[in-house]
Amino acid sequence: MATIAGGITTSHIPAIGNAISQGLQGEPYWKPFFDGYPRVHEWLNVVRPDIAIVVYNDHGLNFFLDNVPTFAIGAAKEYRNEDEGWGLKTLPPFPGDPEFSWHLIESLVNDEFDIAMCQDMVVDHGFTVPMSLLWPDQSPLPVRTIPVEVNTVQHPIPTPARCFKLGKAIGRAIEAWPEDVKVVVIGTGGMSHQLDGTRAGFINKEFDLMCMEKIVTDPEQLAKLTIRDLVREAGAQGAEFILWLIMRGALTGKVSKLHSNYHIPISNTAAGLLLLENAA
Amino acid sequence: MAAVMNEKTSEEIPGTTFFDGHQAMKGYALNKMCYSFNRAENREEFKRGEEAYCRKYGLNEDQIRAIRDRDVLGLIEAGGNIYYLAKFAGILGLSVQDVGAQQTGMSVEDFNAMLRKAGE
Repeated sequence: MATIAGGITTSHIPAIGNAISQGLQGEPYWKPFFDGYPRVHEWLNVVRPDIAIVVYNDHGLNFFLDNVPTFAIGAAKEYRNEDEGWGLKTLPPFPGDPEFSWHLIESLVNDEFDIAMCQDMVVDHGFTVPMSLLWPDQSPLPVRTIPVEVNTVQHPIPTPARCFKLGKAIGRAIEAWPEDVKVVVIGTGGMSHQLDGTRAGFINKEFDLMCMEKIVTDPEQLAKLTIRDLVREAGAQGAEFILWLIMRGALTGKVSKLHSNYHIPISNTAAGLLLLENAA
Repeated sequence: MAAVMNEKTSEEIPGTTFFDGHQAMKGYALNKMCYSFNRAENREEFKRGEEAYCRKYGLNEDQIRAIRDRDVLGLIEAGGNIYYLAKFAGILGLSVQDVGAQQTGMSVEDFNAMLRKAGE
C-alpha cells in the first residue's frame, strides 16, 4: 500500500531559479529565504519518498489560451523545461511514473474530477523551481514526479473549495495504489503577490501568516474563501494559494507542522515554506 | 478572517483587472504573440521588425501602440495577461520590479523599498 509521508509547500518564483544557477544562496538578499530549506532536505533524506506529486500552475509555457484545462495531469516518462522566453537554464529531464499517473487519473475521474491527460508536456518554473529547492544539485532526481497542473491564468479559476476536494481525492487515489511506495505531495506558488495593474507590489503579511497557520489546523475554513477573497487579500497572483489547498486536502492522516519559513520580499512576492508530516 | 468571508464578493478590487473571458477574447492576438516569445527564434524575429511581427499576429492598433510604447498598463487594458506580457518584458530585459515600478508610477528604488517595507 502506498503511504502519504507528508506535504510541502514552497513558493516557485522564477528569480529563485536564477539565484540557484548563479550560486547566490549566501547573498544577504537570498540567505533568509534559502536558510529555510535545509530542515526540509533533512526530512526528505530520512523519509526518502519514491514519488512526488507536484501541484503547480503553468504560466504560459505548455498551455496557451486556445486550450486551458482547469486540471491537467502529466502521464509521461519524463518532463523537460524550456527557457520560457527569458533564457532560463535548461535542466536535466525530471523522471515521471506513467503507471502511477494513469492510476491517479483513473481514480480522479472515477471520483468525478474531469482531468486533462497529458502524455507530452513541458514544465515551467512553477514545477522546476520547487524541484531545485527541495532536491538541490541532485541529478537524476531521486523521486519520480507527477505534475498536477491547475489553471490560475484565466478566470474562472477553480474555487478553493473545489481544490481542497481535489486534494482529498488525490489522497484517496494515493492510498488505493497497491505498491509499497512513499508519496510526498508538494503545493507550490504563493504567497501574496501582485504583478499587474496599479496595485502591483501588493503584499499582505497578516493574511499570509493567517493562511500558514490555518492550513495546518483548520483548512476547511480557508476552503470557504472565494477566488475574489484571495485576489483581494493576497493579490492577483496570490490566488495560487489554491495549490497549497490541494496539497493539504491530500493529507488524510494526523497532520503536524514540522517546519516553516516566511520571508518578504523575493522578487515581488512573499515567499512561504511549510513542511507537514502526515501520520497514520 | 470572518470579515473577509462576509464581504460581498462582487466588489471591485482597485488597481486590479480580472483576466476573464472578456479580457481573454480582447487580448487573444496580443497574448498569442507574447506566447510565441517562448521560442528564441521568434524573439529574434520580433527584434528585427517589431511592427511587422505585431501585424503578423493580427494585433489591433491599440495593442501595437502599447507594444511600441512599452506601456504595460495599456497592454493590460488591451487584453494582455501579465504572464504572457512577462515574456515581452523579458525581451526588453525588464524585471518584474521594473514592470511594477512603471505601473505604479514609482521609481524602481521606491518600488523595491515598498516591497521591503511589507516585510516589516
